[in-house]
Amino acid sequence: MTDTTTQPSTEVDYSGVPLVEMRDIRVAFGGIHAVDGVSVDLYPGEVVALVGGNGAGKSTLIHTLAGAHPCDSGDIIVNGTPVTIRNPRDARGLGIEVIFQKLALADNIDAAGNVFLGREMRNRFGALDDSAMASATRDVMKRLNPRFKNLKTPVKSLSGGQRQSVAIARAVHFNAKILIMDEPTAALGPAETAQVRDLVTQLKAEGIGIFLISHDIHDVFDLSDRISVMLQGKLVGTVKKNEVTKDEVLAMIIMGKQPGEATSREIAELHG
Amino acid sequence: MTVSDVNVTTPTDQAAQDKKTFKSLLASSEVDTRLGGMVVALLVIWVAFNILSGGNFLTSRNLWNLSVQSASIAIMATGMVLIIVSRNIDLSVGSLLGFLGYVMAVVQTKWIPESLGLGFDQWYTWIVALAVGLLLGAIIGAVQGFVVAYGGVPAFIVTLGGFLVWRGLIFRMGEQGATLSPLDKTFKLIGGGPEGSLGEWRSWVLGLLGCAGVCFSIYRSRARRQRYDLGVRPLGMDIGFAVFGCLVIIAGIALVAIGYESPISGDPTGVAYPVVILIVVTLLMTYVAKRRRFGRYVFAFGGNPEAADLGGINTRKTVMYTFVLMGVLCALSAAVQTARLDAAVTNLGVQNELDVISAAVIGGTSFAGGIGTIPGAVLGAVIMQSLRSGMVLLKIDSPSQDIVVGVVLVTAVAIDSFIRMGKRRSMLAALSVGLVISAIIIQTGRQ
Ligand SMILES: Nc1ncnc2c1ncn2[C@@H]1O[C@H](COP(=O)(O)OP(=O)(O)O)[C@@H](O)[C@H]1O
Ligand SMILES: [Mg+2]
Repeated sequence: MTDTTTQPSTEVDYSGVPLVEMRDIRVAFGGIHAVDGVSVDLYPGEVVALVGGNGAGKSTLIHTLAGAHPCDSGDIIVNGTPVTIRNPRDARGLGIEVIFQKLALADNIDAAGNVFLGREMRNRFGALDDSAMASATRDVMKRLNPRFKNLKTPVKSLSGGQRQSVAIARAVHFNAKILIMDEPTAALGPAETAQVRDLVTQLKAEGIGIFLISHDIHDVFDLSDRISVMLQGKLVGTVKKNEVTKDEVLAMIIMGKQPGEATSREIAELHG
Repeated sequence: MTVSDVNVTTPTDQAAQDKKTFKSLLASSEVDTRLGGMVVALLVIWVAFNILSGGNFLTSRNLWNLSVQSASIAIMATGMVLIIVSRNIDLSVGSLLGFLGYVMAVVQTKWIPESLGLGFDQWYTWIVALAVGLLLGAIIGAVQGFVVAYGGVPAFIVTLGGFLVWRGLIFRMGEQGATLSPLDKTFKLIGGGPEGSLGEWRSWVLGLLGCAGVCFSIYRSRARRQRYDLGVRPLGMDIGFAVFGCLVIIAGIALVAIGYESPISGDPTGVAYPVVILIVVTLLMTYVAKRRRFGRYVFAFGGNPEAADLGGINTRKTVMYTFVLMGVLCALSAAVQTARLDAAVTNLGVQNELDVISAAVIGGTSFAGGIGTIPGAVLGAVIMQSLRSGMVLLKIDSPSQDIVVGVVLVTAVAIDSFIRMGKRRSMLAALSVGLVISAIIIQTGRQ
């Protein structure tokens, strides 16, 4: 693999109002401070990678934005307006869509049923319009995973990649303005991973803001504009991708050192 | 692999080929295989009892009675499906049925005629009594459901409490367990019997409506799928299904409902009202489960509660409403049972919770959540009632009947889970063990 292929990404405009600002977010589980005073922001057409080791608090942070879990304190500002997000419906109302790390699919229901879960299409009698939902799902799938055929079987019987496609379709179909992807490629093979990467680039070009949580440092450098690093619930820092090296980001992730702070000996140790 | 193997189609290859095309045909027909399996099981049971009883089982009279006897349990079983699918249980249905039946009887034998001084057998008596029962059922269901969904108390506990409370209240209401009888003349018709039936021409109207409904729904689903280019079954297959459905309906009405002549008047009886109620309930509940958002949410919650929450579904409200529905269905069954007895008795509905849960489970509802069908539960109720009534014909004592029903219940669930795991051998083993035990009990239980 060639090193750091700089994406021909359109420059992000940082002069306007950010799509999302999360300020000083705190979440504790019992005595554990899973998220401890973290602030991040996201601009239209921008991909912000959220990185950090296991248990750093990335999922918990974005759960507060998704309405999956309330924050104990902190402010969330969407398009310049402070908002309260109490549940997933609130988040969706603000144009926030999420692909959760644990896929959150109802296994016993088919792909279309899952894509539209909570937002079913209905006919004029108020009954579910399954054919219309299946047809719409097929259309989204054409873009995400052209080989996807099993619209009518419960998603339990689908492969990991196909299930992931369903979860992505569910987030993409509803014209999100803000997309959160929590390790979207963790369960995928190379071909499907490439599809997801294409999708990220495509959505970014459409002006959607994306929080991308990933363990793959190559993905992070290929796709993101900025990188926010978390360690043990705290934000180590947010850096522009073009201004740092992979080693510097690794030093942030592992040792919590700012770029330039880590000595060359420490960096050598990172590589074992 | 040797060269000779390559070009020669061995008989086993041919068999495998046939199996494959059969399977793909089955898949393209989109027939629910487990429902189909249950129909086959039911037919086997019917034929077996018919042979054992020397031709007394498959008679119009017996099948007509069977249809009426199954109705009350089947009505409740359709509601129990949604409760179990959403990972709960309702142990209170038998007591609740008894209580609601008693209240409806009090309304028509005491309150309206005596307390209000309006006299017996008014035209509105049955309507008021039934409305009170349905409303009270909904309220009690809502209370139980509220405690489960919003209070976080396990359904097992809440409905175990209900099991004791509602039965206890019956005794508090009726002075020392008095029997309330007779009931309102019109109300009595709800229970079936020669008068509480549709009669000949109305039964035929019902049958024709049924045939039209079958054809229309097959046509509509085909048209919709064509419109969205979703792939349709071969036209011949759809026509085949329509013809088959209509034949079954017509045969059922001709052979059972019309075939059974009233012992009083000698006229054809027609479809009994409890069965009409069951048909309406089954259609409505299937519609609710399959085509309404509420039903979709019940199944989504049962399949993955977390996903349902993250999908923005109001899961608590959904769970509460499953209990509301259950309460209403209990009231309907209570009306059927009291009307059939022409009396309300204190032990009405005792052990019904077990029959209702068994019917749902034999019908393929899984306690793991998210799996179950309304028609399956109705079939489950009919299978159970067929076993009981068949054994009565064979003069098998009631304890032995219980043993057989218990064995069948466990066997059915074992077979189901083995099929799901793809363990054919274990499935066949369970089937044969269940059959052998049942056969021994039946053989030795004959009086
Ligand atoms: N529902 C929960 N209950 C208790 N602790 C939790 C819960 N969710 C996460 N945590 C804890 O919070 C910390 C951060 O977890 P998480 O946000 O999942 O990290 P990441 O996504 O960065 O791997 C971990 O210590 C984890 O054990
Ligand atoms: Mg995580």
